[in-house]
Order: sequence, then structure tokens, then C-alpha cells
Amino acid sequence: MNNLLGRLTWDDVKLFEVFEEFSIDSAVASGAAWVAVLGLVAVLAWITLARRWVWLWREWLTSVDHKKIGIMYIILGFVMMARGIAEGVVMRTHQATALDGGFLSNHHWAELFSTHGTVMIFFVGMPFITGFMNYLIPLQIGARDMAFPLLNQVSLGLTTTGAILVMASLVLGAFETGGWTAYPPFTGADFDPGPGPDYWIWAIVLSGFGSMFSGLNFAVTIYKMRAPGMHYLRMPVFCWTALCTSILLVFALPPLTVAGLMQALDRVAGFHFFTNDLGGNMMNYANLFWMFGHPEVYILILPAYGIFSELTSTFAAKRLYGYTSLVLATMSIAVISFCVWLHHFFTMGQSPTINVAFGIATAIIAIPTGVKVYVWMATLWRGRIRMTTPMVYMAGFFILFTIGGFSGIILANPAINWQVHNTQFIVAHFHNVLLPGLIFGIFAGIHIWFPKAFGFRLDERAGTITAVLWIVGFAMTFLPLYVVGLMGYPRRSAAFADPAFLPYMIVCLLGAFVLLAAFAGLFVTLWISIRNREALLVPLGDPWDGRTLEWATPAPPPHWNFPVIPEVNARDAFAREKAEGKPYVVPQEYRDIHMPPNTSSGFWVMLATTGFGFGMTWHIWWLAVASVISILVWYFIHSFRDHPEVVIPAVEVRRVNQAWIEAIDLGKPITRDHETGTKNRGYAATDMVIAS
Amino acid sequence: MRSIHVRAGSLAAISAPVAMLGDPALAAGFLRPIGPIAEMQLLELIWASVIVLIAVLPVFVGVPVILWRYRRSNNQATYSPQWHFNTKLEILMWGVPTAIVVAFGIWLAQGVFRIDPYRTIDAEMARGMEFEIAGPTVRIDIVGLDWKWLYLYPDEGVASVGEMVIPVHRPVEIRLTSDTVMQSFMAPALAGQIYAMAGMETQLNLIASEEGETLAENTQYNGTGFPQQRGPVRAVAEDAYDAWIASARTAPPLDDRTYGLLAKSGDLAAARDDLDREGSGPFAFTLPDGALFGRVLARYMTGEPVPPETQPGSPTYDPEAARLPAAPHGAGRSVACTPTGPDADAVECPFPDDTHDNHMPGMDHE
Ligand code: HEM
Ligand SMILES: [Cu+2]
Repeated sequence: MNNLLGRLTWDDVKLFEVFEEFSIDSAVASGAAWVAVLGLVAVLAWITLARRWVWLWREWLTSVDHKKIGIMYIILGFVMMARGIAEGVVMRTHQATALDGGFLSNHHWAELFSTHGTVMIFFVGMPFITGFMNYLIPLQIGARDMAFPLLNQVSLGLTTTGAILVMASLVLGAFETGGWTAYPPFTGADFDPGPGPDYWIWAIVLSGFGSMFSGLNFAVTIYKMRAPGMHYLRMPVFCWTALCTSILLVFALPPLTVAGLMQALDRVAGFHFFTNDLGGNMMNYANLFWMFGHPEVYILILPAYGIFSELTSTFAAKRLYGYTSLVLATMSIAVISFCVWLHHFFTMGQSPTINVAFGIATAIIAIPTGVKVYVWMATLWRGRIRMTTPMVYMAGFFILFTIGGFSGIILANPAINWQVHNTQFIVAHFHNVLLPGLIFGIFAGIHIWFPKAFGFRLDERAGTITAVLWIVGFAMTFLPLYVVGLMGYPRRSAAFADPAFLPYMIVCLLGAFVLLAAFAGLFVTLWISIRNREALLVPLGDPWDGRTLEWATPAPPPHWNFPVIPEVNARDAFAREKAEGKPYVVPQEYRDIHMPPNTSSGFWVMLATTGFGFGMTWHIWWLAVASVISILVWYFIHSFRDHPEVVIPAVEVRRVNQAWIEAIDLGKPITRDHETGTKNRGYAATDMVIAS
Repeated sequence: MRSIHVRAGSLAAISAPVAMLGDPALAAGFLRPIGPIAEMQLLELIWASVIVLIAVLPVFVGVPVILWRYRRSNNQATYSPQWHFNTKLEILMWGVPTAIVVAFGIWLAQGVFRIDPYRTIDAEMARGMEFEIAGPTVRIDIVGLDWKWLYLYPDEGVASVGEMVIPVHRPVEIRLTSDTVMQSFMAPALAGQIYAMAGMETQLNLIASEEGETLAENTQYNGTGFPQQRGPVRAVAEDAYDAWIASARTAPPLDDRTYGLLAKSGDLAAARDDLDREGSGPFAFTLPDGALFGRVLARYMTGEPVPPETQPGSPTYDPEAARLPAAPHGAGRSVACTPTGPDADAVECPFPDDTHDNHMPGMDHE
């Protein structure tokens, strides 16, 4: 029995920790474990009671539809975000009481910042942006699916594997305590032999493969599957940012995967890549990690830039200013982002020449970033701006992100960096770019594309209130950290001795509660919107007077996206058609459409890799070996089986498309004055024409 | 920045509001410098902020104005839906940030070369930055332990845990290493931080220009005792320094056995317990072995594995089992490894173990 479970023992089950020895700390730990377990049980029970298993399997888990995969990524992101935010709030509460103490044990605190960081970057940020790219790329370039639909599903499976492993650490054993960067030798076997670092390694390595495959898939899709006439310089800016992100994914993830595997070799096979002795050198880890880590921040932010670009021009009813500049800026950011990684350790003792070179390279990135912000301002200038939810996020982004950029350039100066590195200043800085940048972008994007995906809009008032809560909550929670950082308060610190920090910590705590309310606001918005669904329906597909191809489809779009592949002859093709008064062209001829078949591959890959990661973490060797074998067997069988494509007959395509066109013919185009009212059924009278 | 006095003026501008924010006895970090290096860093911060402000102010001002003026309900405002390019604006958009980055870069390079942590503080530097040097350099070796800093004064034959004392106006030349996981040493009112890593040596140079107290903290998370790993740095007058050294010389010796116990994971209080020292707070030793720092480095450089029981910081560390090598790292290397004479080919050179001396291969400090 002992051997069967590797080094996993009864004591590792955290559910009962609180009953064995009660303290607030163990109550928080066990409570979290119970929430995870009961949450899972509740979901499974609901699916069973509602008899949704078959539906779930057929419609979602085995689907290779890029739209559904995209939605599943975003749902995964939200589930993990619930955990990440809960941890953030617990940490803030702890730190507000941490003048010489705090209610959590130091060890538990360390686990919290480590899981919080890991979860937020890898299992919130990454799924969000991958989800958006999945949903939007094919629709925006006029394709029916990804270049490799099966691989797409496998990528989702691998990302889920990583998330499952991190969730498992909540219930069984413990996570590592070295932060999301997991620097050895602290995370090496000599200092932390337990399962924590192994959880981290396998969650990161396995999901990292998924992200790299996604990058390959998106890049090839954009290279090869653009509709006729969709030249590179006619692509929507979002697709440009997606392309750059994909390239970054392909080149940036391997160093991380390699660094993770090297750590694994150190830990389980007695290698000495990063140990203190026998020539191991953790500086190599720092370099490998940040060769990934810096591009990673642009992986996360570029798609958000893309969303903001689409948003400004749509909600200002105006052509995007400086398209070429934006594309150029995006590309240069992608390239330069590989040349700056050393700014994460200006303090490692390299020569001043090297510090100067990397400092200046870092500052150079600020140029294209600045250009982008100016371009968005120029797009708004002389527009007709509708201050609805997405634009509220955009306004918050403008001001707050600029503050984050400001502190970023300051950090690029090594002479200053030596002082604020590893302090709360850094915590303020990266939250300052991640929340107003990435997260606001995603939420604005959700408000915009949710109606496309589900056929009804989100409640405007609830949405705006939520957006304002995010902005206020962010400012309260994170801006004070700049000050305590300058005063020398280290990051990752469970306690502090100086009473001067206390007032700031209390403001931060209040802010964290506002953020919690903001997060709840998202679900309230969703709930209100579902209840008023009838009034919010936009089946005709174009609720915002959109400009790009995806708006020229019904909401939700059919599985095959377009009845015939569109011909593109301009940038913002749909906006132009509307301006010229002839949108919604009926195809002359319908043909059969071939779509890739459903498959359970992604699901099995997820199960097997989870088994593998779990086996490696707990030294359950038979499980690890069996998992690898099962993947190989699956691959073997899969390659010998037939996978007939699903054929959608022309009549069916025709029927669906005609029904939509007829509904449009019956409908009345509405002006932007009625955008948020019940009259908006997704048929837009374009603002641009009315004005000119 | 012609003179230090001018600088002091601009510093007052930022220090004053900081002082009002609370009672930061020690907390104000480099916002309250007590040495020219930290002062320069603060100046860098102020200048960098001013330069970058040129680029970000238009956003802070422009965005609200634009959002208000071009709101949809405002029928007075011009609407140009097709306007999408303007050469002059493009030049401005790319030109202004570029110009700012050029200025920023020049400023940055000057600053980094001037206060590079490895740069010896000498008369030339003192002239350039206009501060005063009075007296010879003080050498301090710092060993990062879990969760306290050990300060060795090899020239004075004393050591101290948890407290660093330096004389004002004398350059302080510090070598750092770690006898456990990586740490980062920072005394913010004096200078920026530098990592300390096992088997490797890093350096930091600093000088105090006034008497005062700041914190020395570890900023790199290294386990549950991490928040406790901070203690005072006192910059004192020459006679107070001499008195401190003299009193440290009456303390018990830091012999190998004592060092082994001290290296156990634990904060200052735990160390006092282990070593049977009454009282609380920092404490001192006499230092019989001036080469202790080199021997700590050598622990990881023998070419032999260092099992967890003999690695301080490991959960299974056993002070009895852990012995530091007898010879410091690098000792006798030139003899052993410079084969000469007719039998030169026959002499076995040990694996060159000096690759750790500095930093990333190819990135060495000269
Ligand atoms: C919603 C509210 C949030 C709160 C209250 C919060 C709070 C915190 C706190 C208290 C820490 C530890 C700071 C320290 O080391 O002293 C932290 C670290 C971190 N947070 Fe957040 N956070 C939030 C959202 C986010 C988001 C959205 C992201 C990313 C998308 C994120 C990414 C990180 C990362 C990467 C770390 C560093 C972890 C490490 O030190 O290894 N956080 N956060
Ligand atoms: Cu970076």
C-alpha cells in the first residue's frame, strides 16, 4: 500500500488539519481545501441532477470548435481567478494585521503568495488571453477553425492539467513557497524535499507545452488561413497582437520548460544544474526563467492591447488612427522583449556595462508602448465617444496603466532598481500593469464579445458599476504599495516591524475588499443579464456597430462561422460595407462545408498528463509510467483510426444563413442612441454614415 | 548637479512629505539617505521621474479632456470619422518618447557607472561626487545565514550578528556570500542591494556621510524567518567605532563549532539560545580566523558533494556533521595548478574551480 501511493500519506490530506490542531491558520488552510472539494462535488452533482453529462461531453468536452474551446479557456480562467483573488484578499488581511505578526503562519503566507502568483499568471492570465485568441482569430481573419483543431483541444487539456495540479496542492500536501519564480536552490531537494516544488514544476512544464502548442497553432492559422484578400496589413489589430503573442509563445515557453525540467532532474535524479554544490549555479536558472518571464509579460499584455485598439475605434465610431504605427509598435515590442530579461536581476553582480545595456534596452520598449497610448488617444480625438462599460475600462486603463508604465521606466534604471528591487514597489508595479492592462482589457473584451458568443448583451448598468469598482479598488489596493516600497518594505514579507507602514496596509486591505466586490460584480452582472435575457437578445449579431468580420455573423455564430469564406478588399471590411450601404451580402451559391470531427483526445491527454504530473510529484512511479504509456498507446491508436470529417450539407448552410438574413430584412437598424436599450437586436445603423 | 549641497536641497523637497507620512524611524529607506551613494540614487529617482513625466503628463491631462469633449452627446465637437494619419503627429508620437529615452539612457549610464556597487570608493570618486573621505577603507565580509546576517571584520578580528557598525567618512568595502539559499543584502539609506549566493562572492561598496542608523535587510525570500532577517546598520563617529570594536574583542570567539551552530536556521533569538548568550538583539564575537569568509565559500567548491546534513538552511542540517574546509577557497591554487619544469605534463591539475569567483561566464566584472 505504501508503495502504491508513493510518498503520499494520510497526513498530507489537508482537509482534517484543522480538526487535529485548531488555529486560525489551520482553519484557513483546511477551509480552502474544503471549499475546493465541496465546490467540485457540487458541480458534479449539479451536472448529474440536471442530466447534463451527455450534453457536456458532446457539446463541449469533445468539441474542437475554436469558439467553444475559447469559452472553456475563459471559464477555466474565471474558476482559477476566484481562487487567486480569494488568496489575494486573505494575504491583504494578513498584512494589515502583520505589524509584528499576523494571523497566518509564515509558512502558510509563503504558500499563499506562491500559489497566488502562479495561479494568476499561468492559470488566469494565460487562459484568458488564449481563450480570446481562440475565439477571435478565425472569426476575424475569415476562417472556419484553427489550422490544427485537434492540437487546439490538446492544448486546452494540457493547460487544464496544470490547473488541476495546482488545485490538488490545496487538498493534498502543500505547494512550494518560493514564489511564482521558484528560484533554486530554495526550491531544490536540499532545502525543500517535499512535494511543493514538484507540484509547481509539473504544473508549469505540462501547461507550458500547451501554451507553446497554442502559439504554434495560432501563428500557423494566421499565416495560412486568412480569407482571400486579407493581406497582413488588412488584418484587425487584434490579430496582429495575437500573431506577435503567438510568436512569443513559441520562443519564450521553451526556456521555462527546460528550466523546469532541469529543476526536476536536480530534484529526482540527483543532477546539479542549480544546486549550491558540484558546480551547480542558480544564476543559470534566473537567466532561463526570465528569458521566458519577460516575454511572458508581453504575451499577456499584447492581446489586451489588441482589444483596446478594437475598442477605441468601435466605441469612438471612428477609423483607428495610425494602424501602421500600431503594427510596427507591436512588432517591435515583441522583438525587443527578448532583449531585456536581465532587468529582473540588475542586482546579481554583473558589470556596469551589462546593466547599462539592459537598462537602456528596457527603456527602449517604452517608446513603442508610448506610441500605442498616443495612438489610442488620437483615435478618440474627434470621435463620437460612447461612455459605456468597455470605454469605462478603457478610461481606467489609460490613467492607471500609464502610472504602471511610469514606474516601469523608473525600474529600468539600474541605479534606482538596486533600491526598489524585491520591495513592495515591484508588487505595486506589476499589479499596476497586470490589472489595468491585462485584466481590464479582458473584462472590456468580455463585455464586447459576450453578446457575440451567447446571443445577448450584458447589463449595462451593472457592468459600469463593476468597472468603476475595479478601477477604485485597484487604486486603493496597489498605489499605496509604491510608497511603502520606496520606504524599503520587502515583498513576500509576512510581517513588518515599522508602524509607519500600518496606515498604508489598512488602505490596501479596504481596497482588496472593493476588488472582491468588483469580482462579485462580474457575476451579478451575468446573473442580471441572464434573467433579462429576452430584453438583451442580439441575434442579428452586430450590437456595437462593429467594424471587423466577426460582427458580420449572427450571434452566436454557427459552428462553421461563415456560410462562404468572405472576400476581403479593405481594412475594417464590415464597417466599410455598412458605410457604403450594402452589408449582409447574400452568397450566390452555397456549398457543403467540411468541419473537423469531435474527438475525446484532449480529454484523455488531460487525464493522462494529470496522472503523470501527480505521479511525479508524489513519487508514484507506476502511475507516471502508466500515464506515459497510455499517451503513447492513444497516439498509436489515434493515428491508425479514420477520422471522417463532418460534412454540413449546402442546404443546411443555406437554411441557417437565409433565416438570419431574413431576420435582418425584417429588423430595423438602430442608431447608437439606442445601443444599450431593448431596441438593440444587433442590427446597427452605422454612426459614421449618419454623421457624414 | 554641480554640488552635493544643491542636491541636498532637492532632497529636502521629497523627504519632507515623506516625514509627514508617519514616524519612519528607519522606514524611509533611501528616501532618507545617510551616504552619497543612496543620495545619488534618490537623485536618479527624482530626475528619472521628471524626465518621464514629460511623456506621461499629456496622457493624464489629454485623456479626460478628450473623453469629455468628444462624448457622443456633445454635438458641438468636430467629428472626423475617417481621419487616420498625420505625418507631423506621427513624428511627434515617435520622436518625443525617443528623445526622452535618449535623455533617460544617458542619465542612466552615467549613474550606473558612477555608483556601480563594485566600484572602489576612492579619492577620485569622492571628488566627482563631492563627498569627504577621512580615513582608510574598512573591509567587511558578510555571510548570509538563515535568518540573520553575519558581519566579519577580518582586519579587526571581530564579528557581529544582526548589526553592522561602520565609521562615518570611511569607505566600506564589502564582500558577500551566502551559506544557504540566495539572499539579497540591502542597507537602503546607504546603498542599493546585491545578491549573496553560496559558493560565489559579490561585492558592495558604500560610505556614510553622516552619523545615523538605517536597516540592513534581506529582500529575497528565504524561508519562514525571512521577515526577521533585518537589523540595524549604525554609522558612528571614529571613536564610537573604536569603542565598539574594543568591546567586541572581549566577546567569545567565533570558532568552527560556534559557526556551525550559528548557521542553523533560526533568527537572532534562536541563535542566542543555541550559543548560550543571555539577553536579546545583535551580539558580537572575536574572530580568530580571518579567512573564515573564504572557507565558507570553499564549502561548495571542493568538488565533493555537500549533502543536505552539511548544508546550513537545509531541514536536515546537522552542525556536528558540517565542517568547513580547512583552507579558504582559492588558497594554494596557483601552486597546485601552475605546472612548471620538465615534468609539467605529468602534474595533475584539479578541475579549475575559479569559475564561480565572479559571475555569469563572460559577464565577469573586470
Ligand atoms: C484582485 C486582487 C489582488 C490582490 C488583492 C492581490 C494581492 C497580492 C499580494 C498581497 C501579493 C503578495 C505581495 C508580496 O509579495 O508581498 C501578490 C503577489 C502577486 N500577485 Fe497579486 N493580487 C491581486 C491580483 C493579481 C492579479 C490579477 C495578478 C496577475 C494577473 C496577480 C499577480 C501576482 C503575482 C505574479 C504576484 C507575485 C507572487 C510572488 O511573489 O511570487 N495578482 N498579490
Ligand atoms: Cu521584464
